[in-house]
Amino acid sequence: MKVDRVKPGEGIESAYLWHIVKGLGVTVGHTVRQLVGSQPVQTKEYPEVRKEMPEGYRGKHRLLQKESGDPKCTACMMCATVCPAACIHIEAGEHPDPKVEKFPVSFDIDLLKCVFCGMCVEACPVDAIRMDSGVYTFADFQRDDFVVHKDELLRTPSQWSDPV
Amino acid sequence: MESADYLAVVLRLVLSAAILLTVMPLTIYLERKGSAFIQGRPGPNRAALFGVFRMGGLAHVLADVIKLVSKEDIIPAGVNRFYFKLAPIIVAFIPLTTFMIVPIADVIRLSDTFATPMATLQLDGGLLWFFAMTSLSVYGVVFAGWASNSKFSLLGGIRSTAQLLSYEIPMALAVVAMMLTYGTVQPNEMVRAQGELLWGFLPQWGIFLQPLGFILFITCAFAEINRVPFDLAEGEAELVAGYHTEYSGMRFGLFFMAEYMALVTSGALTVTMFLGGWQLPWLPTERLVADAGTLMPWFIGGAGLLLGAASGRLIRHYQEYTRGRWGDARDFEPLVFSALFALGFIAHGAAAGWVWGVVKAGEALPGWLPPLFAAGVQISVFTAKLLFLCWCFVWVRWTLPRFRYDQVMDLGWKSLLPLSLFNLLLTGVLMLQPWGREVLPVAPVVTLGLMWVWKRYLVPSQARVPATSRLVVGEEASA
Repeated sequence: MKVDRVKPGEGIESAYLWHIVKGLGVTVGHTVRQLVGSQPVQTKEYPEVRKEMPEGYRGKHRLLQKESGDPKCTACMMCATVCPAACIHIEAGEHPDPKVEKFPVSFDIDLLKCVFCGMCVEACPVDAIRMDSGVYTFADFQRDDFVVHKDELLRTPSQWSDPV
Repeated sequence: MESADYLAVVLRLVLSAAILLTVMPLTIYLERKGSAFIQGRPGPNRAALFGVFRMGGLAHVLADVIKLVSKEDIIPAGVNRFYFKLAPIIVAFIPLTTFMIVPIADVIRLSDTFATPMATLQLDGGLLWFFAMTSLSVYGVVFAGWASNSKFSLLGGIRSTAQLLSYEIPMALAVVAMMLTYGTVQPNEMVRAQGELLWGFLPQWGIFLQPLGFILFITCAFAEINRVPFDLAEGEAELVAGYHTEYSGMRFGLFFMAEYMALVTSGALTVTMFLGGWQLPWLPTERLVADAGTLMPWFIGGAGLLLGAASGRLIRHYQEYTRGRWGDARDFEPLVFSALFALGFIAHGAAAGWVWGVVKAGEALPGWLPPLFAAGVQISVFTAKLLFLCWCFVWVRWTLPRFRYDQVMDLGWKSLLPLSLFNLLLTGVLMLQPWGREVLPVAPVVTLGLMWVWKRYLVPSQARVPATSRLVVGEEASA
């Protein structure tokens, strides 16, 4: 095996001090630049400022609405069927409008079971469910609170103002 | 002793302790904020007093202490309870007592009959007290490591012991060289001697007379207080937290604060021996006292202007950053502190104006004022130097990686010890010649030259490669 060895330095290189001074120069440079504000802070102040997730990031689900305000969902159960974690529970019902065949009376997603695979989005024939909310923080006090219902799913906006 | 002397003892005790115990939390703050700035983070800025006063993150220091005090104090089963409880006490006790010999100002001469030195402890031994106390500090670490009944603690304690013992020798030798240089073991006399001028313009600070001694001392100081790059005793990758792994609550808090107190004390001793202590360059105490009438308006006015500038800056900070940011009382925090600074500005201005008026009118200042003014200036200068040095400790910590254990031992025994011995020898020889301290700065040149000759001609080339970094591979291994 051939190994590139670092040769021990000669002269000033053989003392630690010169490189220590160089390193100190780098760090004090960072400090001064941040103090005078010419170098932006590299981190986000989390709860107030949140990271914009990249496009295609699968976050919390949301249900899309028709222009009338009704859910686009037709309660075809494709998503519930394809879901590998069996976390989607839909109850279908008759819609008063005769032109609409079915609609979900309830649409629950158990976020604790969800594996965020995105299969439900792929399976949906009418583009009613998406995972583009950009919400990646799930925290609550009770298990029941992690089951999101139809109203909340319909309320959740997309992270992007102009979703594709 | 008269009652005034007792009062003076209490006063300087309180002053010394106040400086140590205020610089210590400030150093913790510097550490957190400094590391953040070095790494491009904003640093701690959440904790707030009464939900309003965040003081740029300073409230975190208080919050940390409250947290540590209110946490449960767990003593694991199987520990030696006596030594387990004794260890943090020793560790915290040592830096407090060591700091007592550090003069924070020159002797204050209030009248012909009353004068008080400004170091709490007046010993004929002087810096020998420092040797005595720092060598005791190893006991705290050993007790903590052994009494915890934990492998990690024990390993940390053993490492720390070996390290403290190794670095004590070059440190002591560097200090002995300083004693030779200034011909005294008294810290205050040493600082006074540093006020003289080298070649007529440079103050004879230790760092100018003994640059090599300074490097030796500060390197050993890093090792003595178990700080990066020598913090093997708490190498978290290997030893969890080293000797204080088993400690919790305020017992851990004592270790934590003792670390910073030791840092401040080392810094204070470095300032005293190498950075001129309380000396304001080119302005000895006698001059400060004699010219108090002309100097006071300048100094007090200058301090006032600094406060005024801070006040103005905070108003700008409010306008640019916090106005309407949260929509509650927090928005106005900069304005509160701005008002406080403005009050300080007005008070300083009034004081400076009063002194100026008195001098202008040809009257004499009250006799107690000039010495107190000199002491105030010196205490400020000392604290400023101390804070700078504390920043240097922080700065080095967030720059350098940790040494490997054998590298620490190599550096201590193979580099620092011979260098400090040589430095001592050279200092002794140079101090014998008639010009005394004036030619001392040639010592590092001579040292470096001799080192070069040594490495170039006297050490065989193979031996120059440190054994630990030699990797035997390939043909060499099979040969």
